[in-house]
This record gives sequence, C-alpha cells and structure tokens, in this order.
Amino acid sequence: MVLELQKPRPIWQIMFSTHHTDVGLLYLIMSLGFLFLGGALALAIRAELFLPGAQIIGDAMTFNRIFTVHGTTLIFLFIIPFASAVGNYFVPIMVRYKDMAYPKLNAIAFWMIPPAGALIWLGFADFTWYATPPYSIISAPGPAADMWIFGLKILGVSSVLGAINFVVTILKCKHPDMSIGQVPLLAWSFLSSSLIILVAIPTFAAALLMLLTDRLGVTGFFNPAMGGDPIAYAHLFWFTFHPEVYVLVIPAIGMMYEIIPRFSRKPIYSFNSGIFAFVLLSIVGFSSWAHHMYATGMSFTEKTVFMVGTLAAVPASAMHVYNFIATMWNGRIKFSTPMMWAVGGIALFFSAGAGGVANAAMPLDFTTHDTYWVVGHFHLFVMGTIAFGSIGFLYYMYPYVTGRMYNEAMGKIHFILSFIGTILVFFTQHVLGLYGMPRRIFDYPPIPEWIAMNQIASVGAMVIGVSMVIFLVNMIHSAGKGEPANPEDPFGVGGKYYYPFEAKNPSH
Amino acid sequence: MGGHSNWPEWIYVGAVVAIMCWVGAEAWEAERLVEHVPEGAEIIKVTGQQWFWTFEHEDGTKEIGELHVEKGKAYKFEIHSTDVNHSFNIHDYVVLMDAIPGRVNTVWFAPDAVGEHDIQCREYCGLIHYNMRGTLIVEEPHS
Ligand code: HEM
Ligand SMILES: [Cu+2]
Ligand SMILES: [Cu+2]
Repeated sequence: MVLELQKPRPIWQIMFSTHHTDVGLLYLIMSLGFLFLGGALALAIRAELFLPGAQIIGDAMTFNRIFTVHGTTLIFLFIIPFASAVGNYFVPIMVRYKDMAYPKLNAIAFWMIPPAGALIWLGFADFTWYATPPYSIISAPGPAADMWIFGLKILGVSSVLGAINFVVTILKCKHPDMSIGQVPLLAWSFLSSSLIILVAIPTFAAALLMLLTDRLGVTGFFNPAMGGDPIAYAHLFWFTFHPEVYVLVIPAIGMMYEIIPRFSRKPIYSFNSGIFAFVLLSIVGFSSWAHHMYATGMSFTEKTVFMVGTLAAVPASAMHVYNFIATMWNGRIKFSTPMMWAVGGIALFFSAGAGGVANAAMPLDFTTHDTYWVVGHFHLFVMGTIAFGSIGFLYYMYPYVTGRMYNEAMGKIHFILSFIGTILVFFTQHVLGLYGMPRRIFDYPPIPEWIAMNQIASVGAMVIGVSMVIFLVNMIHSAGKGEPANPEDPFGVGGKYYYPFEAKNPSH
Repeated sequence: MGGHSNWPEWIYVGAVVAIMCWVGAEAWEAERLVEHVPEGAEIIKVTGQQWFWTFEHEDGTKEIGELHVEKGKAYKFEIHSTDVNHSFNIHDYVVLMDAIPGRVNTVWFAPDAVGEHDIQCREYCGLIHYNMRGTLIVEEPHS
C-alpha cells in the first residue's frame, strides 16, 4: 500500500488532479496549515491571559476576534479537512474501488474550502463560533460578521458534498465480494459521520441564511426587536452542532481503530461492537442538543429530556474505550509514535467524557456552564482526542505517503510534550471553571487562585507550542531526508499480516 | 469477532448504563428541589445591558452594579435584557440564568451569611463582556 507522491510531479498537476490520493494530499497540507495558524492564535490568547490586565493584545475587540477565529479555524479548517484527507486516502482503498465515487465533486468540495477560509480570516469576526443573536445581528461589526456567515455557508456545502461522496463510495462502490460487515472500521467511521452530516448540516445552513437576512434587516427571525426569538437560533444551531461534535470525533476514533490493533499485534477485540457503537452514537447523538441550553430558561421537563438524551449517548462512547483496552490487553504492544498518540488520546477521551457527564447533570451544569470548565471539557475532545488521534494517524500514514520514515525520537518527544501540555492547559481550565472564571473574557480580576491557574495553563500552551515546532521540523525535514521506509512493514511490527489493506489500488 | 466470550463487555456496558441512571436520577431529584421557589420570596428585577447590571427591588428602589440583600431571606430574580444575551451569575451561590431580550427568566436564592460576592456576566455580549461585573452585598436582616 503506497499512497504515492514518491515520483515528484509539478505542484499544479496535483492541484488540478481529481485522483483521491491527490485530493487527499491537498486536504492534508491545507488542514495542517490551518492547524498552525489556529494554534498561533491560541498561543496569543494564552499569552494575554497569563496575567490580569492588558499585555500582549491591546484591546478587547482584537481578543474577541482572535478567539472566534481560533475556534472556527480549528474546527472547520483543521479537524474536518484533516478527516477528509484521511478519508480520501483510505476509504477507496479500504472498499477496494479505484477512486472516490465522484472524483470531480470530490475536488470541488476541496476547492470550496480555501475561499471559505479566506473569508473567515480576512473578515476576522468577533461573535464567537456560535454567532449568537441578537449580538450577531445588532451588535457584531460588519463586514467581518457577514464574511464569516458566507464562509461557514460555503464550508457547509463542501461538507455535504464530501459526505455524499463518502456514503456513495462506501455503500455503492465497495467491491462486490465485500459485505458491508467487512468494511474496515475506519471506513465505517466515515460512513457514520457522513450520514450525521447529511441529517444535521441543513438545519444550520437554514439558520445561517436567516441570520444573514436578519442582519440585512429584511427579516426578524431571531431579533426580538422585530418579534423574533434568539432562542430559536440556539435550537437550530445546537441541533446541528451537537451531532457535529460526533462528526468530529468519530473519524478520529476510526483512526485509532487502525492504529491500536496494528501496534498491539492483535486483531481488534470486537469489530461488531465498534460498528454498533458508531451507529448508536450517530442516532442517539441527535437527542441531546439542548444540553447546551439549560440556562436559557427551559422548563424542568425539557431539561430532563435532554439530560436523559445526553446520558444515553455515553455507553456508546464507553464501548469504544472498552474495545481499545480489550484489544491492547495481552497484546505485544509496540509503542511507536502513532501508538503513543492513540493511547494518549484514549486516556484523554475518557477524562473528557467524565467531565461531559458532569455537564449533563442539570444542577452541576449551572456551576460549569459558560465557564472555563466547558472550554476544558471540549478541548479534551478536540485537542486531546481528535487532534491526538489525527496526529498519531499522520505519523502512521507518513511512510506510505512520502516513502520515508519520520524521526522516531522527535515524534516521541512531540507526543510527550503535547501530552503534558494538554493536561496542564485543559485540566487547569476545569479547575478555573469551578472557581467561576467565565469563558471568552479578555481580562480577569486579580484573584490569586485565578492567576495561578491561568499561569499554569499558559505555560502548558507554550509547551504544546514548542512540541508543534518539533513536529513541523520533523515532517518537513524527513520528507526529503528521512530514512527510506520499508513499504512492507514500515514500523517493524512483524510482517504483512498486520497491514491488512495491502489490496492494490486498482488504478495502479 | 468470535472466539472470545462477550460477558465482560456486557457487564461493563451494564455498569456504565447503571452509573448513567444513577447520575440522571440524582440530578433529577436535586434539580427538582433547587427549582422549588419558596413561598413569599422577594422579587428582584434584574436587567442586563451592554455592559452593566441594574436591579430593582419590590419597593421600587434601584441599584446599578451593586445589589444589597438581607441574610436569611429568599429572593427570586426576574431576569431580562434590553439588548443582547447576557447571563446573570453569582458563582458563590450557583445562581446562573441567561438574560435574554424579549423574555423573563427566573431563578431564586437565599443568602445564608453576611458578606460580599462577585456578580458577573457569563454569556458573551461583546466588547466589555469581560468587565460586566458587579457586587452582591449580603447584610444582617434590617427588621
Ligand atoms: C461523553 C460524551 C459527552 C457528554 C456527556 C458531553 C456533554 C456536554 C455538555 C452537557 C455540554 C454543555 C456544557 C455547557 O455549555 O454548559 C457540552 C459542551 C460541549 N461539548 Fe460535550 N459531551 C460529550 C462529548 C463530546 C464530544 C465527543 C465532543 C467533541 C468533539 C464534545 C464537544 C463539546 C463542545 C464543543 C462543547 C461546548 C460548545 C461550546 O459551548 O462552545 N463533547 N458537552
Ligand atoms: Cu453537545
Ligand atoms: Cu457578557
């Protein structure tokens, strides 16, 4: 299984290609670019919060714009395109088809993202990643706000096109000898997340248009001054975005399902329970959206319903954790870099889920809601689980893509620093939340406990920053100068058996 | 697939389901008690606007940024906003409720000790959100 790139070609040949590995490469490079851009904004935020008072970032407006673009970038321009990169490379090979079902559509879906990214970055809006009305209608400065709305609109269309392509590729183009039950779990993860996208995204697409016409003053869906209701927007937004968090996390879990058995030198403990948990999560994920809205004044009954819906999704996540641990149990584990990232990611996934359960319990959420606890909670997912799974997988596919090995020692240092940094930043943010520090604040009162925790978090962020520089150097340097990889067994886990997707891509 | 027995996984899933049921039941019971507003709670109207809090007592007195209440009494906040969303928060007493234009949300509390506590806004509301703060001052009963 070689994912080409070994024969050098002029860049425009890759850019105008519709072949799945070329589109995958474009997704990969673009998403990593945005990882570093978004990460730089995070460092700016943490530097500012190191001490109370204004230091690095001159004014509150700039700060608000920075955290808005930070969140938007890392969710929509890193996590999602990175998953698409992996899906493009692996899904066609795993279902033994020559390409994605609709190669041109595939390239179009990719090329919609750079203009959307440009709109978001050139606008630099300030209304947070959920653009809540009426602030986003009556208060947020244009044209930044409008550019953000258009950017997100384009990203939504791109996501839907990509999802259609994955669903059709997996269901209709898989090799006739292969039953759906034999499709590997990584491909299953794309099937599940794509189906969620198709059901969830249209709601937000509608809400965005309504937001835009509200901003233009021609409608008042969410504007109380015109008889509208901002809470309606919150429902539409979270109806899309609670399920969307599973769109983000499911492919990362799929990637771990590739890594864990390979490096444990054992088959996956239970293939069927992996599939079952994916499907269950995709369905139950739609029953919990208003757990983000306990404090909006919902009735006791409504809150109870959404709490039960949220708790109902937990066993499915827990099944994945069990599956991973049972696979590693008694395995001859080889802790190469990808395995370290995957195992670290699972540990953080578990702690993130435990915090989520606390949020879901109604009375506790009134302590944690909109404090730094929530920031810590979801970053243990987006950074601790999803970025960890993704980066681990990047190391895993690196030899197949470039034909060379990355530097193993640097990969391990990258992991260790990132793991320590992640714990320093996001565990302390949970504590800050319990102290009551609100999220999205440019400055905070000089309460000694708050200062101490903020400083630990900021130091942790710098540790992650350093590790990412090591990562960048490793990736770039090894692509040209790394040791040539052994395509049969690049990680030396012992023979072909452990790489079951040898199946030649039919187009080669 | 096959070859190994599944009962440890079933026990594990059963344990997770049981823990979730327990968390849900405890939360349901606690929230039910917390939401029960005591008879005769005094009403305080809370208005959030960019970027300060205004309070109006039952007797018509108004305060800005500071809120004076008496120890041992129950108070019911009626919270709304005149511009964008805010969230009224006294963290020390776990008082949290969104202030939303076009709606009135309620939440109650009964301070049990004399002292000062921070009031803050916990929902992003723009430029000075970070400093939309106030002080709760709990005093001895006047009587
Ligand atoms: C065990 C599973 C999970 C549970 C029980 C859970 C529960 C919750 C709850 C109740 C909240 C609302 C907190 C609040 O605002 O007061 C929340 C927020 C959030 N969760 Fe989770 N969650 C889980 C998994 C995930 C996953 C897998 C992700 C993935 C990426 C995620 C991402 C988020 C995000 C982004 C927010 C905050 C959004 C925001 O306010 O900006 N959660 N979670
Ligand atoms: Cu959610
Ligand atoms: Cu605010």
